[in-house]
Amino acid sequence: MTAKTMMEARDLVQTYSVRQGAFKSASLHAVRGVSFALKAGKTLAVVGESGCGKSTLARMLTLIESPTSGQLFIDGKDATRPDKQALKALRRDVQMVFQNPYGSLNPRKKIGTVLEEPLVINTTLDKEERRRQARDMMTRVGLRPEFYDRYPHMFSGGQRQRIAVARALMLRPQVLVLDEPVSALDVSVQAQVLNLLNDIQEEFGLAYLFISHDLSVVRHVADDLLVMYLGRPVEVGPREKIFTAPRHPYTRALLSATPTIDPHARGQRVALKGELPSPLNPPSGCVFRGRCPYAIERCQAEVPELRDIDGVTVACHRAEEVMHNTASL
Amino acid sequence: MTQLSSQPPAAASETAEATTLPAATSHPLIELWHAFRENHAALAGLIIILLIFVAAIGADFIAPHAPTEQFRDYVLVPPFWQEGGSIRFLLGTDDVGRDILSRIIYGARLSMLIGLIVVSLSLVTGVLLGLLAGFLRGVVETVIMRLMDIMLAIPSLLLAVVVVAVLGPGLFNAMLAIAVVYLPHYVRLTRGSVISERDRDYVIASRLAGAGLFRLMFITVLPNCLAPLIVQATLGFSNAVLDAAALGFLGLGAQPPTPEWGSMLADARQYVLDAWWVVTFPGLAILITVLAFNIMGDGLRDALDPKLKR
Repeated sequence: MTAKTMMEARDLVQTYSVRQGAFKSASLHAVRGVSFALKAGKTLAVVGESGCGKSTLARMLTLIESPTSGQLFIDGKDATRPDKQALKALRRDVQMVFQNPYGSLNPRKKIGTVLEEPLVINTTLDKEERRRQARDMMTRVGLRPEFYDRYPHMFSGGQRQRIAVARALMLRPQVLVLDEPVSALDVSVQAQVLNLLNDIQEEFGLAYLFISHDLSVVRHVADDLLVMYLGRPVEVGPREKIFTAPRHPYTRALLSATPTIDPHARGQRVALKGELPSPLNPPSGCVFRGRCPYAIERCQAEVPELRDIDGVTVACHRAEEVMHNTASL
Repeated sequence: MTQLSSQPPAAASETAEATTLPAATSHPLIELWHAFRENHAALAGLIIILLIFVAAIGADFIAPHAPTEQFRDYVLVPPFWQEGGSIRFLLGTDDVGRDILSRIIYGARLSMLIGLIVVSLSLVTGVLLGLLAGFLRGVVETVIMRLMDIMLAIPSLLLAVVVVAVLGPGLFNAMLAIAVVYLPHYVRLTRGSVISERDRDYVIASRLAGAGLFRLMFITVLPNCLAPLIVQATLGFSNAVLDAAALGFLGLGAQPPTPEWGSMLADARQYVLDAWWVVTFPGLAILITVLAFNIMGDGLRDALDPKLKR
């Protein structure tokens, strides 16, 4: 079965102009050249450490910001720079669940009001019908409809995240951008919310863009993986291939940093030295070279292009060696 | 996505804490009233304010004398419980023999009017400008805020005098002038709260739902900025009454013999030492009104905050 491509990004770039002093301004490349295609019912996980451009990517995909260059298609429609009318229509297709469930619900509004807001703005349904749909959605995400009249502070983190998911689903979107949806939650509650997301994906045939830094979560939810470093994609491919044999040294370091309980399963730890370089002044050549254990002279001179190695797209001059190295460990 | 193997008993444990809370479905205003009623001090404040309003409206029936009637034989009569006092003038008379109680009752009309009009004028305009500055940023913000800074830099009474001088003397112009003086406080307060709220996730969520600027400003963000504004507004009430008195004193506000608390206070200044009642009672009237407004404002702020509801 070939699923429909719900969201497609081609070479998305986001550049901010940052003021340095009164007259100088520098350009900050928050995201550079991100491309992917997301099919209905599939999950693409975006992985990377803080400051790698994950959240900027999320803002572009949810149409809060327009990309500086590149193209974005949602359900086949051009969403790069939509006009007001088109934007209104496109907004219904992409919704978002935020990381912090304590900040994403308006503390002054009842749950019912929060859930009905998208309907009030986008539909002409009457009060009764809106109320019915909100209650339906609450049941669907595992909340009791009696909670309709409660305020957000009366709920736990997990319940709030269920409410946030329900709100995102009110307009029946095609794509859900999940910005670290479980990282603020208790581990015991994480599993519940992940299972809920899983059930909903099957029920509605949703495409998920799952932003995370937690690889053990990503391993459970993702179909495909997009690893980002300093705004650039460094490795893109199917989950299994990347998890069994990472081709990029950064992915390898990330994977080795994931804690595991089983002492025999612990591989050799690849510790990264140094800090994430400033995106205002990225290193020449490969941006990762300063922290890369495999760096050679070529990495300084030449920016590694994304190339395909056995079904995985990777940006590293020495990807074959890295891949082989891992295999032999 | 793969189903996770560990599935804790989801709904049961998660929903337990919220089920103990009572479910209420009623009109928001009725809910507000229920929350407000819980706070006895605030309720007392509200009752005092209502009493003052009743006194102001029914002054013609309640007051024992006309506010401007001068009893030439009874100049500076002390209150009735003091030696030389008379039941005829319960709170005594002033330097031209006018009954102080009657003047206070009639004065409530003007003083309450001044307080309410000044506070609502500066609150509404200030909130509007603050919301615009906080949301639009850029040039709009710079223009609004620098203008407010300039207004703050001028001493408040001087600014009020200038505004009255431009508009011409009279009570309404004096109120306008005082409203202008207090405007920057509300603008700064609103803008500050708006800036701290507008980038929160719930505002972005509203934008994703398609909310326009108007909806974001007034329905999403403004209710979350109310707490400091309510406090400022109730405190501003007293300042407005006193400033109106100061303008009246300078001959730019209410003109004598119109009864008005602030000008009663200002006129009687020279008798502080030998006739305490002339100053004390109008002062007490202002104090009690201001206190009542402050307590009620506090209660209102708490009642509007869902986090403090039981």
